[in-house]
Order: sequence, then structure tokens, then C-alpha cells
Amino acid sequence: MTNAPLLQVRNLRVEFGRRTAVHDVNFDLFAAEAVGLVGESGAGKSTVARALLRLLSPEQGSVELGGVDLLKCPPAEMRAQRRDLQIVFQDPLASLNPRMTVGDAIAEPLVIFEPQLTAAARRGKVAAMLERVGLTADMASRYPHEFSGGQCQRIGIARAVVLKPNLLVCDEAVSSLDVSIQGQIINLLLDLQQEMGMAILFISHNLAVVRHLSHRVLVMYLGKLVEVASCEALFAAPVHPYTRALLAAVPRIPPVADAPAPLPDRTLAADSITHGCAFRDRCPYALPLCESSDPPLLEITAGRWVACHRSHETLNPLSYAE
Amino acid sequence: MVATLSIDDLNVSFAHRTGRLEAVAGASLRIEPQECVGVVGESGSGKTQLFLAAMGLLTRQAQVSGSIRFAGNELLGAKAAVLNRVRGSKLTMIFQDPMASLTPHLRIGTQLAEVLVYHSGLSWKEGRSAAARMLDSVRIPDATRRLSQYPYELSGGMRQRVMLAMSLLCKPDLLIADEPTTALDVTLQAQIMELLRAARGETGMALALISHDLGVIAALADRILVMYAGRIVENAAAPELLRRPRHPYTAELLKCVPSLSGPRLARMPTLAGQPPQPGEALQACAFAPRCPRAAARCRVERPALGGAPMSQVACHFPL
Repeated sequence: MTNAPLLQVRNLRVEFGRRTAVHDVNFDLFAAEAVGLVGESGAGKSTVARALLRLLSPEQGSVELGGVDLLKCPPAEMRAQRRDLQIVFQDPLASLNPRMTVGDAIAEPLVIFEPQLTAAARRGKVAAMLERVGLTADMASRYPHEFSGGQCQRIGIARAVVLKPNLLVCDEAVSSLDVSIQGQIINLLLDLQQEMGMAILFISHNLAVVRHLSHRVLVMYLGKLVEVASCEALFAAPVHPYTRALLAAVPRIPPVADAPAPLPDRTLAADSITHGCAFRDRCPYALPLCESSDPPLLEITAGRWVACHRSHETLNPLSYAE
Repeated sequence: MVATLSIDDLNVSFAHRTGRLEAVAGASLRIEPQECVGVVGESGSGKTQLFLAAMGLLTRQAQVSGSIRFAGNELLGAKAAVLNRVRGSKLTMIFQDPMASLTPHLRIGTQLAEVLVYHSGLSWKEGRSAAARMLDSVRIPDATRRLSQYPYELSGGMRQRVMLAMSLLCKPDLLIADEPTTALDVTLQAQIMELLRAARGETGMALALISHDLGVIAALADRILVMYAGRIVENAAAPELLRRPRHPYTAELLKCVPSLSGPRLARMPTLAGQPPQPGEALQACAFAPRCPRAAARCRVERPALGGAPMSQVACHFPL
């Protein structure tokens, strides 16, 4: 990917009162790229996504889409930009209006952004979209409660991609689905991405799902990116101790005989960390340096960024024994 | 040997506008002392209803038939006074959402001590100090201070550990854990799994672990039950079931679990169709419409759960 990035995020910072939820985050997204964003709850994953779409107002930073800083866009222009930025949420039923037929829900973006379409043309597009996501055209007149969770998620996806956005954010979009349905939805997203060439930012706490559908992975810890790498590299050899602990915590089938002890709880309150590495209280490799100085996110090999003072060392397998 | 829990031909159904809705149909199972039985199935497969029936916690609208014996004593139809002697002491259950399971306006210490005051006849003071020791053993730091906190002051992982502590206070013979880690991050999940493993080691209790996550089940279970559309379709020792599933549903489900090792896939393996919706008319074998091995017989004759006790499968054409 040598061409210019589709989206450039620079020094993004979001604060909720005294708490900094997103801490000077920088990354690029390229056209047609699938990027996974992982981390525990509270890491700031969804906050990053919402800031990109300007569903909340960041304190600082820029989000450039095709040379335009979305965070400085006047409202009218922002509205026009939104057709290129779409999102699918975790709870498929809650993200659909219960009093709107699914046909109307999918047609709504067309009404707003393509007002020149006749009603018949719009109906045709909605029918085609329903069929594209694996439903049938006659379902357009039904209401969300008549559908299962997996079907509602298909409807949510249909509405998000009907305008062929450049970026689709999937915020835990398959997390509430059963495993047999999860694969169907992921394949649908992959197919749509290929057809439409859109970038996907895939937020998930399910690392195995991220592994199968991402080109690159961003790992967040307490508001900061701690590791960014190609998917292959990250899962083959995670560098940051937090990434390593996250991967080690996933139960395997069949189970691993000598699984490492679970990561201990945080002992530092998130809003009390003013300096040093935020992960040091749980890190088996922490040094005195980690308390005094905040490790910057550095490119240690081509395309691989890690924020850890010890990223250049070969660290022993994880062990929390003390 | 008397089974810790023995369920025979249990049926749970609810009235529904399309007729009766069968949540659990003809389920029979035994859980032996000290055994960990994993129960897997998709949403709506009846795994929770089965164990809510065992706890006597089904809604009043539910119609239940069959037999549920705990340490030899029939629980189904037993008086509340009889149930209340075992529930919360020797037979305990924890749920997915610990916030919903804790009383929001009572301090943690009160809620924990109450169990011992009610079941073991301890004084409140003794109850509180036993509660503090139990919080310690589930690795809640600063246990004594936690006793005077309210549930909202704790994190999700901490609350689930409080629930676990509460369920262990009277040294249960059987703990039913219904999706205990589903709402938690993978790092917290690993902690709770470790605590469940430790609790089994210390108390020798049996554990029924309900989850849709085969990884969690695989890590803890000695034996696995697979449920589909209200019925138990496979029952086998965990390593065998994971290595060589015999029911096509189990096999397909295992294929669908995304893996952290092996080659990355261009497409995810999927199971065609979707699980039956409430009230949907089922074929003789409910899995037949999604089954790669289904034949005419599967649509007319229901396969019974049969085979050796540790390797049962309900399929006309098992793998």
C-alpha cells in the first residue's frame, strides 16, 4: 500500500472530564484495508471510532479524510462527508428504529443523500441491497422485531453500505451473535469490502475473529496505542507484553497444558497515571524506567510499532510468578 | 454412587401464540460428585432453562415435567422450604450479569453474610468475617473494605468474583455457572476460569458450566453436553468430543470457532441457515435443515440419544 492513506488520524485526544479516554492516538487507514482495533473494555476503542465519525467532539487532533479535516468541518459539510463514513453497532436490534420498516430504514440514507432518486428506483435499490445481504426483497415491509439477531445485523449492514461508503466502522458488530451466525456475517462483510473497496475498522474483543479478517491490527491499552503491526506478524509474534498477555488469555481448543497464569488486576487507577507506562502495574517485565518515563510508540521493524521500553529485547515467555 | 444431580426426561414449555413452545424436551443427564460438565449450545437451545428448572427458578408460566434429583432428593415440585435449604448453600448458581444478580442497595458484606446467617446459623459478625475470608480467596484485594461497598462501586470482573465468593460460602456440592465469563474481557475471563478451577480443587464441588464459548468449556470440562433446539444431542468426555465429535452439529460448530493458530482463512467456515426461532415447527431431527448428512429418515423419525454412557449421540448418521 504505497498510495496515500484514506484516513489520517493525528494526535487524537478525547477527554471525559478529568479522564483522558483517548491519549494522542495516531494511525492511518488505507483504502480497501481491514484494520482490527483490539483491547479490553475501557481501552478507548469505541471512543476512537466515535471520534472518527464525529459522534463526539475530541479535545485535540485531526481526522483527515481525503484532505479534509473532519474535526474542523462546518456542520453542513460534515453532513455531506457522512455518506462516506458509516458504522455498524454491537446490538443490532437496538440500532434499528422499532417503528420503521426495515425497507424504510435502508432507504433513509438514500432519501438524504440521493434525493434525485424516484421512489421506485429507491425501492429497487433497497430490494437489491436486502438480497445482497442474504435476505429477501419482500422483507422490506417488515419491522425489526420480526427478525433474529443475525438478520437484524444484516439489515444494519445493508443500511450502512447502501451509499457505498469509503469507511465502514464495525463496533463489536458480531460480538452478540452465536458462533454459527458470526461466520456468516464476517463473510458478508469481507465480500462487501471486496466488491465496494471500502476500508473497514473492525473493533472487537474477539482476537480470533480479528485475526481472520484484518490486514493490520491496532492494540489499545488505557487510551493509547501500544502495538500496531500486520496481522500475520502480530499473531505470530506479539511484542508488547500487553499484546502477549491478551493472546495468552484466549482459551484454545484443545486447551493448552501449560497456559500462563492470568494477567493480574490493575492496581493503578486509570486517572491517576500521569507519567510512565500505563501497563507497568500488570507487566511482568516492568523496570524502574517504566514508572518514570512513558514509552513512545516507535517503529521497531518495518510496519511494526511498539510502545515499550523493552521492545528491543527478547523477553522470556510470560510469567507472573513473584 | 448417588449422582450429585440427576435429571430424567425433563420437559420445560411455555405458552406461545403459535401453541406450546418447548424450551427443553426430554433432557436426561447426570452430574457425578466432583465432575465438571460443560453445556454448550446456541442462544435458545434451552441450556439455561434446563438449569433454571433445576434451581426452581423458572417463571411461573413455565410448564415442567420429569424429575430433578439433587443428591437423591427430588427437587421438582418440592416445597419452597425444602428448596431453600439447598439453594444457595449446597446447590448454587451464578449468572452472566453479576450486576443484575446483586442487590443494588445492600452492601457487599451484608449480601455475603446473609447467606451464612440464613444457611449456617452464624451471627452477622461471624458471617462478615467469613465473607471477608471468602473475598480474599477469590483474590479480591482489600477484602474488609470491600464489605462496606455497594455493587456499583465494583468493576464487572470484581462483581463476578463477589458472586463466585457468595456461591462458595456454604461449600456447595454443585455450582451451576451460566455464562460466567461472557460479559467479561478475555483477561478477566482467564481470572474467573482460574478461580473456578481452584475452587473445584479446594472444595471438590461438581461444576455445571454453561457457555456458548467452546474454548471456555474446553478449558474446564471433564465432559461436554451439546444442546440443540431444547434437546441434548451429544454427551461425551471432553477430549474425545473435541477431537472426534460424532453429532454433525457438534462437528460443524467446532469448525466455526475461529482459531488463533493455523492458517488464516480467506473466508470463515459457516453453518448454513440459522437456529430454529421460537415457535418454529421443527422436523423430527431439529438439526436436519442445516445438516450436511441429513436424509429422508431424519425428517420423519426423531433420533434418540443413545450409546455408551460417556459417548452418547442423538443422530441417525453419526460421524
